[in-house]
Amino acid sequence: MAELLQFISSGLTVGAIYALVALGFTLIYKSSDIINFAQGEFVMLGGMTTVFVALAGVPLPLAALIAIIVTTAIGFALHRLAIEPARGASPVALIMITIGASIFLRGVAQIVFDRRFHSLPPLFGADPIQFGGAAILPQSLVVLASATAIVTLLWLFIDRTLLGKAVLATAANRLAARLIGIDTRRIVDFSFAVSAAIGAIAGILITPIALTSYDVGTLLALKGFAAAMLGGIGSALGAVIGGLLIGMIEAFAAGYFSSNYKDAVAFLIILVVLVSIPQGLFGRAKVERV
Amino acid sequence: MRVLHRFTVTAAIGFLALLSVGHRASAQIKIGAVLSVSGPASFLGDPEKKTLEIYVDEINAKGGVNGQKLQLVVYDDAGSADSARTFATRLVEEDKIVAMVGGSTTGATLAMIQVFEEAKIPFISLAGAIQIVEPVHKWIFKTPHTDKMACEKIFADLNSRNLTTIALISGTDAFGKSMHDQCVAVAPKAGINIALEENYGPRDSDMTPQLTNIRNKAGVQAVVNPGFGQGPAIVTRNYHQLGIALPLYQSHGVASKQFIELAGPAAEGVRLPAAALLIADKLPNNDPQKSVVVNYSRTYQTKTGQAVSTFGGHAYDGLMILVEAMQRAKSADTSKVRDEIERTKGYIGTGGIVNMSATDHMGLDLSAFHMLEIKSGDWMLVPGT
Repeated sequence: MAELLQFISSGLTVGAIYALVALGFTLIYKSSDIINFAQGEFVMLGGMTTVFVALAGVPLPLAALIAIIVTTAIGFALHRLAIEPARGASPVALIMITIGASIFLRGVAQIVFDRRFHSLPPLFGADPIQFGGAAILPQSLVVLASATAIVTLLWLFIDRTLLGKAVLATAANRLAARLIGIDTRRIVDFSFAVSAAIGAIAGILITPIALTSYDVGTLLALKGFAAAMLGGIGSALGAVIGGLLIGMIEAFAAGYFSSNYKDAVAFLIILVVLVSIPQGLFGRAKVERV
Repeated sequence: MRVLHRFTVTAAIGFLALLSVGHRASAQIKIGAVLSVSGPASFLGDPEKKTLEIYVDEINAKGGVNGQKLQLVVYDDAGSADSARTFATRLVEEDKIVAMVGGSTTGATLAMIQVFEEAKIPFISLAGAIQIVEPVHKWIFKTPHTDKMACEKIFADLNSRNLTTIALISGTDAFGKSMHDQCVAVAPKAGINIALEENYGPRDSDMTPQLTNIRNKAGVQAVVNPGFGQGPAIVTRNYHQLGIALPLYQSHGVASKQFIELAGPAAEGVRLPAAALLIADKLPNNDPQKSVVVNYSRTYQTKTGQAVSTFGGHAYDGLMILVEAMQRAKSADTSKVRDEIERTKGYIGTGGIVNMSATDHMGLDLSAFHMLEIKSGDWMLVPGT
């Protein structure tokens, strides 16, 4: 029993990380139908910028704030400079642009920062909390709480504010949204910026657990994408549930089966989901009237 | 008039070109290095690159080798064995090196062995696994202690503490896998029983499921973690998080202050076999290695501002063994240099005292290893080892 509890707690820790990355994917997809593979780099930038600004002597909370602002600006720039000029291109081309941007950001990070691993001090200390024979780090609970808070805020935003409705409208039909007076360019700017901010916050919160370096973005983006697909791309709740599920399946696979195939879990899930339930667990199947 | 003018200009250019070609050909000995400066093995490759650069500059400032200056060509394989092999081919075919000191990781080294055997260029590797020198390849040497020696040293320490049953948690990278296999092979002779084997991928961020299984296995008295890079740091943190009180042994793959920084307070009490370099200032004055390791430590620390690690030390040993072989051979001819490397005897380096032979292309024995324990964020020598 203690063993099962420990696997669940480990799974939730890792899963919360994937959930936050998946939320970033979801928001951009919601407003513009683009899968932004540079999402992983936003997470990396959040963590690495905080580490380096703090190393330069700035107090940690201020360093974190600076990191979030810098990453948000980069997300905004990504849209304005790379995506917006190509807005008429096919979705595949836009995805390739985001992959190119991710490689570029990774390359720049190597030069501006360095190639070593770095850590940050956890928010509430490193002593694990014991329950029922299992141990969970306070930082993992922080990550879980943040994922919940962000999902709630996003839901409130989309459902209760005019700007949120405008985001939905832009996603549903860009031309119609423009016809009724919504500045769709500003909307997509906004969603890229917010996604980048979510990524940065995720990066800062998970560095005390999973360390950071200039290339953590790649694997995180792939697993976050798997989580977003599993939960249903376009559904914020789905993103979180998908992330937690993948984290737990990985933990169970490592604990009960063999740790060798742990990484394959996420990719296997992408395959299964795309083949059998492409809309994911919480997404709605796309229905078109002909 | 115009024809004569054109002829003069062409002749002048041709003459200058000949001058420059002639000049380049005689002045420099080209040494190649393929290192993992970035990526998961960056805390191996980065100090190696800095060490090679510092000492090539020092040697050149003193007049070079046999009157010629050394030229160092470094490529970063980012921890990928494929990239390493590509760079090795480039070094041989385009840069035309006469010797190579490099291969930070076992994976990268194994991928490059064939390139240097075929090109008949001596290659001094900086990686750990025993397969690099057993069976002996004519042109391949190495400076770090092997994984087999690490297992033997750890098992000897376990024996002295009367611990017989252990669990292994190994990285699935080439070094982790190789050291895992060596430990399994050597265990029966040392009287050690391996009760459980778990592993993790080199880029995993959480090993608590595997460690939970180890914690719940009855009879386990100690845990050994073959691996290098970020994996062991996370294993150590998770170990502490789960409250496992059993002794934890790491390999010499973590012999760098960066491991202590990353693992944080969890590193307290962790033991590992390592070269004397890490405890340079604490060595007794009559230790033959003392002056070499203290000099290297001071130079490295002053020039880079970073604490010394054994990986930089292995690069230092590799370069010095090569340079001394070239000086004994009185030439940079690849065959003669290779023969002289093989005849290295009594070389006192940061890793130990090296005595190579035709059947031993590494030259260290178990006395080159000391058992260290991490105390208060620093290395401490376990007495009598």
